[in-house]
Amino acid sequence: MSAGAPLVQVRGLVKHFAVTRGIVLKRTVAVVRAVDGVSFEVMPGETLGLVGETGCGKSTTVRLMMRLLEPSAGEVRFDGRDVTHARGAQLKALRREMQMVFQDPYSSLNPRKTVGAIVGEPFAIHHLEPDRAGRRRRVRELLEMVGLSPERYDRYPHEFSGGQRQRIGIARALALGPRLLIADEPVSALDVSIQAQVLNLLRELQSELGLTLVFISHDLSVIRYMCDRVAVMRAGKIVELASNEQLYGAPRAPYTRELLASVPGARRDRRTILG
Amino acid sequence: MSAAAEPLLRVEDLRVSFPTEDGVVHALDGVSYEVARGGTLGIVGESGSGKTVCALSTMGLTRGQGAEVSGRILFQGRDLLALSERQLRSLRGGEIAMIFQDPLSALHPLFKLGAQVAEAVRAHQHVSRAQARARALELLELVAIPEPGQRANAYPHELSGGMRQRGMIAMALANEPKLLIADEPTTALDVTVQAQILALLARLQRELGMAIVIITHDLAMVAEMAQQIAVMYAGRIVEKAPAELLFSAPQHPYTWGLLRSIPTLERPRDERLAAIPGAPPSLIERPSGCHFHPRCPYARPAHARIDPALQPLAGRPQHSVACLLEAPERARIWSELRAGRTPAPAAETASGAKGSDEAAGLTAAQRRR
Amino acid sequence: MTRYIVRRLLWGALLLVLVSALTFLLFRILPTGEPARLRAGRNASPGVVAAIRVDLGLNRSLGEQFWMYMKGIFLHLNLGYSYYSSASVRGLIADRLPATISLTVGAAAIWLLSGLAVGILSAVRRGSKLDRAAMGTALVLISAPEYWLGLIALYLLAADIGRLRVFPGAGSYVGLTSDPWKWLTSLILPWLVLAAGNAAVYARLLRGSMIETLQEDYIRTARAKGLSERRVVLRHGLRTAINPVMTILGLDIGVLLGGAVLVETVFDIPGIGRLNYEAIAHSDFPIVQGTVLLAALFIIVANIVVDIAYAYLDPRVRFS
Repeated sequence: MSAGAPLVQVRGLVKHFAVTRGIVLKRTVAVVRAVDGVSFEVMPGETLGLVGETGCGKSTTVRLMMRLLEPSAGEVRFDGRDVTHARGAQLKALRREMQMVFQDPYSSLNPRKTVGAIVGEPFAIHHLEPDRAGRRRRVRELLEMVGLSPERYDRYPHEFSGGQRQRIGIARALALGPRLLIADEPVSALDVSIQAQVLNLLRELQSELGLTLVFISHDLSVIRYMCDRVAVMRAGKIVELASNEQLYGAPRAPYTRELLASVPGARRDRRTILG
Repeated sequence: MSAAAEPLLRVEDLRVSFPTEDGVVHALDGVSYEVARGGTLGIVGESGSGKTVCALSTMGLTRGQGAEVSGRILFQGRDLLALSERQLRSLRGGEIAMIFQDPLSALHPLFKLGAQVAEAVRAHQHVSRAQARARALELLELVAIPEPGQRANAYPHELSGGMRQRGMIAMALANEPKLLIADEPTTALDVTVQAQILALLARLQRELGMAIVIITHDLAMVAEMAQQIAVMYAGRIVEKAPAELLFSAPQHPYTWGLLRSIPTLERPRDERLAAIPGAPPSLIERPSGCHFHPRCPYARPAHARIDPALQPLAGRPQHSVACLLEAPERARIWSELRAGRTPAPAAETASGAKGSDEAAGLTAAQRRR
Repeated sequence: MTRYIVRRLLWGALLLVLVSALTFLLFRILPTGEPARLRAGRNASPGVVAAIRVDLGLNRSLGEQFWMYMKGIFLHLNLGYSYYSSASVRGLIADRLPATISLTVGAAAIWLLSGLAVGILSAVRRGSKLDRAAMGTALVLISAPEYWLGLIALYLLAADIGRLRVFPGAGSYVGLTSDPWKWLTSLILPWLVLAAGNAAVYARLLRGSMIETLQEDYIRTARAKGLSERRVVLRHGLRTAINPVMTILGLDIGVLLGGAVLVETVFDIPGIGRLNYEAIAHSDFPIVQGTVLLAALFIIVANIVVDIAYAYLDPRVRFS
């Protein structure tokens, strides 16, 4: 992890949802501040964790980072380039470099497409690999990279288990060789014995491909395992942003301490439980 | 054992299977456990372990679906499986109550919370509507819902997740049950709310002397809440022990796998999670012999043929495990794992290994009585 | 909730205005014949035609005509005058409306109750012989044309021409106020015929809705509370399962109030449907225009009622 220019810079990011009243003429009476002034940086090659409870704005923040939602204010810069105001071909080029893995492996894959089609779709969208055979080869490479057998290219999502589907989602996200991978609760919907497989896969891929990873979870233990630095969010704001050791060893914000104290088993003698 | 130590609930060799379009689902395959009066049992398992069916069959809620159930479920000495539907109904929500995983879908969306709690009261007590309503408000207060009068008039979707789960608990407590079965009670909740709900359950247990069965996939939760823990895999209990013993000296490779693959706050970050390879099996086509053998790093060829029986450890009868490996072998492997080393599989001698495998289990034919 | 209702009412009023404007377009602008002559009927004297021209304001600008038309409808409830029948359209409709209402409401009550009963039983005993028989019968009834059913009913049961002379035959309808007993008995066969197909549809609909509802988690919770199966099904299950049925009921009634032509014709009931049919046969333009507007009115009102009822039945909907 070299010191140097950050890969992603987020400054003063704000997203408001208006609450309207009035029957015919609607007027805005209140505003939901889903994201309320968030600033942070992501250094190349690191894993940044976003942790918080339901409604804290972590998912909204990363969607703003990727321009899946339009921010109400603030800016996002990727590699120095402005993401917030990019348009057309510029935006498309930026999109190639940031990709996302979603939480629910059961609904994030189109059930009517084969796995090969799903993983190959990014190539089609961005007009890369026009040669069909070349694309097929690339897809099979990707499937192998995530630990799936390339022979299952023509299968449909329902023929795979939850953990395998999540791998498919990861393969799809890596198709275009992005520099930034955002994982939004990638293991929350999986069985415990499978979670470790996917987490290890993400760590391996990160070191193999030199990815920068933004990892969202509500599970503090998972964040501890995966992330170099951690941002704790609450009600749309970052409450604490610190290195892994600092956050878990000497948390500063009271909310962080409250979260850590709530983890089951936190109160028992740490040495006797769980080895 | 004296009468006072007679367990509140004793399940003996429970087997449950369902016919479905894809084949027969063998949800439970000879499960036995006990719950002491006022005690807490944690049943740990993943999807496809059969843990939820375990809970539902105690209440007789599997009956409507063409399930085949055999075995005995003794609640205070009475076999619940031998009771008529009407007798069971008087127990359900009465002496045995259950709370479910997702309170948003487990509460009726179109009835107010107070009305649903009051209905639970009137189901088992002959009281007027007004009395039931008053009791409902008392119960909502008992579970620490602020402003219970207002919340009672709210619909479930108008309440937060924590409030809803407290409401469910209030509903379950309406008739002062002796046994509360909690099926993944906090999985759908935020971590701070989880902690509150678990604290609430612990307090209620103390105050009411209620026994609790907690069903979950979260080992950390049972570490905190349960005195006894049963680990389930593919419809069988693979290990059963008091909590301290389970965590200090686990015996089953699946338990080891779980303990080592779950990230915790205390683990050093560079210690890699050791994932269990493969995935939990389908309950329609289970692996032969020991159900865990395809994923077990220490399995031997014979394990595919022999069903392990759940047997107590020599010298520690309260700790049982269903594993075909010999006890000393297991101890060796676990001490290696604990030290962070990968254990080498022991050399298998032809006679020695086979003899103890068969001693530890019954043949497949014997299992299928 | 009040905001929701007010919003729906305002939308409804707006829709009515739009629909009236649309009928203006359909009946005044689009027809190829001369508007006055179309309304005067066949064999009309030039004097009548001239009078109509003045009435409609055909010598004025289109905008003024439109304004006159809208004023006429909304301020005076003037739906036009039928020269063929020598009566105001409003009067004719007012005469015929009670019959249609009697027919519709009675049939609706019958099909709702029978459809619900069969639907619930079929859902609870899914896959049984009862279920299969019920759904098979439902299929037959849905497929059977109303007029065929009506004629069969008359053939079998009518007092004048039937095999078993049980009920009064066609043409015996009288108003409720003149002879309540005769009113009731003359409507029984038409009710049954009109209800048959609809009951079948509702039974199937409720069966499906009920089966889905009974698999929800809250039904399991209700059973876990120790409630009787009957209470679980009828109070917890039906309460949710019935919502889609109620909304459809509103719309069905709205449509039928515009006239149940087939049944009215077979049983010779003087309702709006018959009125419309006869008017078309005699090219009685004003009546057709009036009944179309009326039918549209009923459907708009039905929609509003259904929306409000749904919000009442399902509190989760109220925020939209």
